[in-house]
Amino acid sequence: MTDVRRTRHGVRVRLAADEAALLRALMEQLLALIGGAPGGDDELAALGIAENAEKPDDPVLARLFPDAYRDDGEAAEEFRRYTEMGLRDGKREAAGLVLGALTGDGADVVLDEEQAQGWLRALNDVRLALGTRLDVTEEWYEEASAMDPRDPRASLFAVYDWLTMLQESLVQVLWEPLP
Amino acid sequence: MSAMSTAPAPVELERPDAEEDVSADRPWLAIVWNDPINLMSYVTYVFQAVFGYPKTKAEKLMLDVHHKGRAVVANGTREEMERDVEILHSYGLWATVKRDD
Repeated sequence: MTDVRRTRHGVRVRLAADEAALLRALMEQLLALIGGAPGGDDELAALGIAENAEKPDDPVLARLFPDAYRDDGEAAEEFRRYTEMGLRDGKREAAGLVLGALTGDGADVVLDEEQAQGWLRALNDVRLALGTRLDVTEEWYEEASAMDPRDPRASLFAVYDWLTMLQESLVQVLWEPLP
Repeated sequence: MSAMSTAPAPVELERPDAEEDVSADRPWLAIVWNDPINLMSYVTYVFQAVFGYPKTKAEKLMLDVHHKGRAVVANGTREEMERDVEILHSYGLWATVKRDD
């Protein structure tokens, strides 16, 4: 049912009710993982500077907010201190943009370039989260195709596959010339 | 280097060591690392959107990341590279800053 195409007004995304429900659940999980906005009483937080600058223990959070320096722990912490809150805000905003387009009947939205980029980022974050949990490799598709349907991971791979298709469609449509 | 960024602008913050970085004679690099999740098409699109690179150049960089495991996608001052890496992180790419040596 997923339908992504270029129209004169922008990128049109249509999703069926069950697809929109799935995407809602995924975006809500992502928001829960990223965490709430910081309290307004903290002056540093208000400036987007975090007090805690340690790399997250959770592998998904560590993948969403990777170290910016490989061999310099101090520089990595400093970078994290100055950027992670802003990055979290951006990810929340993108997830919120997608959530805002979903209704009980599905989704039917026309996105401008900037909104489409927001969708791409949010879809990518959900793929990063799911892909990291599933420990996917570059051969994930072959692995998933050969998987016993009773394997508990099979349904998650199906979700990952659908998200991949949706994201790929969006990129391809953004490359199309305007009609 | 990356003035054509179309990504949302992260909050600009004064860094205590900014002056020393600007005066450094060796440039800094932004490096993107291969990972099994990011799509080849998406990575190409991000290089176009973030750096304003033409599609052919963006594709070549993406293929370098894919085949060689990493690619230098930009160079400049430390501040510029940290900003580029922050934007690449906002798109979910695995990017790091490194002094050129």
